[in-house]
Amino acid sequence: MAEELVLLDFWPSMFGIRVRIALAEKGLKYEYREEDLTNKSPLLLQMNPVHKKIPVLVHNGKPVCESAIIVEYIDEVWHDKSPLLPSDPYQRSQARFWVDFIDKKLYDTGRRTWSTTGEEQEKAKKEFIEILKLLEEQLGDKPFFGGESLGNVDVSLIGFSCWFYSYETLGNFSIGAECPKIIGWVERCSNKESVSKTLPDSKKVFGFVQELRKKFGLE
Amino acid sequence: MAKSDVKVLGAWPSPFVMRPRIALNIKSVDYEFLQETFGSKSELLLKSNPVHKKIPVLIHGDKPVCESLIIVEYIDEVWSSAPSILPSNPYDRATARFWASYVDEKLFPSMKEIVSADGEEAKKAAIQVVVDGLVLLEDAYAKCSKGGKFFGGEQIGYLDIAFGSYVGWLRVTEKFNQVKLLDEAKTPGLVKWAEAFCAHPAVKDVMPETDKLAEFAKVLAKARAAPPPK
Repeated sequence: MAEELVLLDFWPSMFGIRVRIALAEKGLKYEYREEDLTNKSPLLLQMNPVHKKIPVLVHNGKPVCESAIIVEYIDEVWHDKSPLLPSDPYQRSQARFWVDFIDKKLYDTGRRTWSTTGEEQEKAKKEFIEILKLLEEQLGDKPFFGGESLGNVDVSLIGFSCWFYSYETLGNFSIGAECPKIIGWVERCSNKESVSKTLPDSKKVFGFVQELRKKFGLE
Repeated sequence: MAKSDVKVLGAWPSPFVMRPRIALNIKSVDYEFLQETFGSKSELLLKSNPVHKKIPVLIHGDKPVCESLIIVEYIDEVWSSAPSILPSNPYDRATARFWASYVDEKLFPSMKEIVSADGEEAKKAAIQVVVDGLVLLEDAYAKCSKGGKFFGGEQIGYLDIAFGSYVGWLRVTEKFNQVKLLDEAKTPGLVKWAEAFCAHPAVKDVMPETDKLAEFAKVLAKARAAPPPK
């Protein structure tokens, strides 16, 4: 059956990146459509009327929204190749827990490391490192959160790595100094084609963050 | 499986805690309900959910599972014989998960806004936001139910549990604000659905009566207004 896959996305989005990596892991061809978030396309507004956000995966004309939900959908439909979730129910619950944890904590805290100053920024940096340290504990001695291969936690977290340079530069701290295991994990992930071909360049992301800061009057 | 092998840590008023209890009831799984004392967190809770320190927690054997919707999916996967809680089709599953996420991330916070709204105008505006959200869910109900009584069709499913667990608190909000949130005119399907949900055998012993919940809401409001305990 001819599958039609369209991804509505925005290049630096760590949420969009997780969908792109999931699609790459499954070896799926799709049409990538870049959205201008200041001028959202009619298709985006039609496909995600509730949130009007990217990413949206349109599969044979039907939209799937919310990145964590899209990743599970991709894993369920194309279940024969590169499983992203474990098969054991308890391990699945743990994998889902950590994706939920990443979604609840990492984005907002990371954002505050570059969008705030003074005490607020110091607090954000401290929290950010604490979050990564908890994730390091989860990783343990495994090469990936998914074990020997990328799992949904890896796929969901790695998109933040191209933002690390921005957080470090603007927050004036070193993620590697506090969380060397995470950096090691980032390097291992980057050796995977699905990741290396997807992750935007960190300096390019930094340029984008600088533009955002100008817009918010932070520069 | 022995009752003591499955424990739910929680509290009766919490909509989140209702979810695993309803799911276990659907699967006819016996469990021990360990209630937390209001205002404090037990050693068991802190040990079982060190990351968030929140209820509910499902303890299966000695393994904790946290986050109410994740627990519901776990229950569905472990006790995999019928009735199923998640839809069988991946697209329907994605749709159910989408609306469950909407209910938690948008609807519930908008309900809380009604409580914190200051003054008549703000309250009216906050109420409108909730009503608008419910109208979206009415549309989702029409599409998901496919002619059945529930979001899950003929049987209650994941989205019924996710959204239905808020019905008690919706009713309390209606009572305190003298307003209809689930309304015959705007959300006729949901009005019927809410009744059917609350009357369902897996739900009726778990869903608190509105009056009891309203009393608790007053206790909660007082506790929040009081200075924080040491």
